Amino acid sequence: MSADTQLEKWEVFIQSKPGANFVHAGCVHASDKKMALQNARDTYTRRGEGTSIWAVPCDAIVASNPDENDMFFDPANDKTYRMPTFYVMPEGAKAI
Amino acid sequence: MNQQEVMFKYCLRLGDNALIRSYRLSEWCSNAPILEEDLALTNFALDMIGRAQALLGYAGQIEGKGRTDDDLAYRRGERSFYNVLLTELPNQDFAYTMARELYMSAFEYFYYSGLVASKDATLAAIAAKTLKEIKYHLSHATDWVLRLGDGTAESHAKMQAAVDDLWPYASELFESDTTDAAMISAISAPDPAALKDSWVKHVSAILKEATLDVPTTMYTHTGGRNGIHSENLGHILAEMQFLPHAYPDAKW
Repeated sequence: MSADTQLEKWEVFIQSKPGANFVHAGCVHASDKKMALQNARDTYTRRGEGTSIWAVPCDAIVASNPDENDMFFDPANDKTYRMPTFYVMPEGAKAI
Repeated sequence: MNQQEVMFKYCLRLGDNALIRSYRLSEWCSNAPILEEDLALTNFALDMIGRAQALLGYAGQIEGKGRTDDDLAYRRGERSFYNVLLTELPNQDFAYTMARELYMSAFEYFYYSGLVASKDATLAAIAAKTLKEIKYHLSHATDWVLRLGDGTAESHAKMQAAVDDLWPYASELFESDTTDAAMISAISAPDPAALKDSWVKHVSAILKEATLDVPTTMYTHTGGRNGIHSENLGHILAEMQFLPHAYPDAKW
């Protein structure tokens, strides 16, 4: 794969309606913040997909390393007592 | 020309500007510098198609001979097209396209801002819808002229060449003839001539910020608004109208 020479990369998050969570839509190239928003708009919201856009420089995202998944995520898998369903509902309690 | 014919020509002028510019913008499809820009420019081409459909459709209604927007787009000769010359010039390079988009969008921003208040309800409604698109087109073109003008030595030189070469074509936007005069009095259409100072001021400020020289030439290319075109329009129509000419009953 050849090197990416097309400006900086930005991750794009779209909010589908006011109050909804921003969901990752994809990424775009852009040289500055305004261009990132415009490119995100033109690439991902041309058919009424969103009411708001976040564009985040890829550099600003801290990502976990998949090679460290053993350390990061496995310890949670075998401890059912971490799940609320492990516990019996106390008598009389309507909700936990 | 009677009032109906004047109004018909007026709507064709507005519609043809959108239709022919749409054709030029669509030529960037698969050819833009980056994918994102490819999407942006073809998206603008679709905006222009929508505008052309509305305006040519309305022109057909006014004419009252049963011609649809498609009939007017595909079955009219070169001399019956009234777009300004600026819209039909070849794209050349990205800088030329951005200079054209800046000149056209800045003009349309002022023109359609006025047309919103027209006494003709249909044109006022089309203008209100179009103005939102124009604001975005203007913002996009402005940003690119700033970036390229105030960019590298090469981008600066290309942007300056584009700005200089297209400047003499911009004057045609501000011509005001008997058709305009009739529409100004009949439906309170804007007077193009009255917008020139605002346009020059607005565009000059952008060019200066982009470290570009504001062209000073007074020469004017003209003719398009009366059907006298450059050699470019014939080539556009030959390709655009080929299918309906070869297969008159084709549906798609």
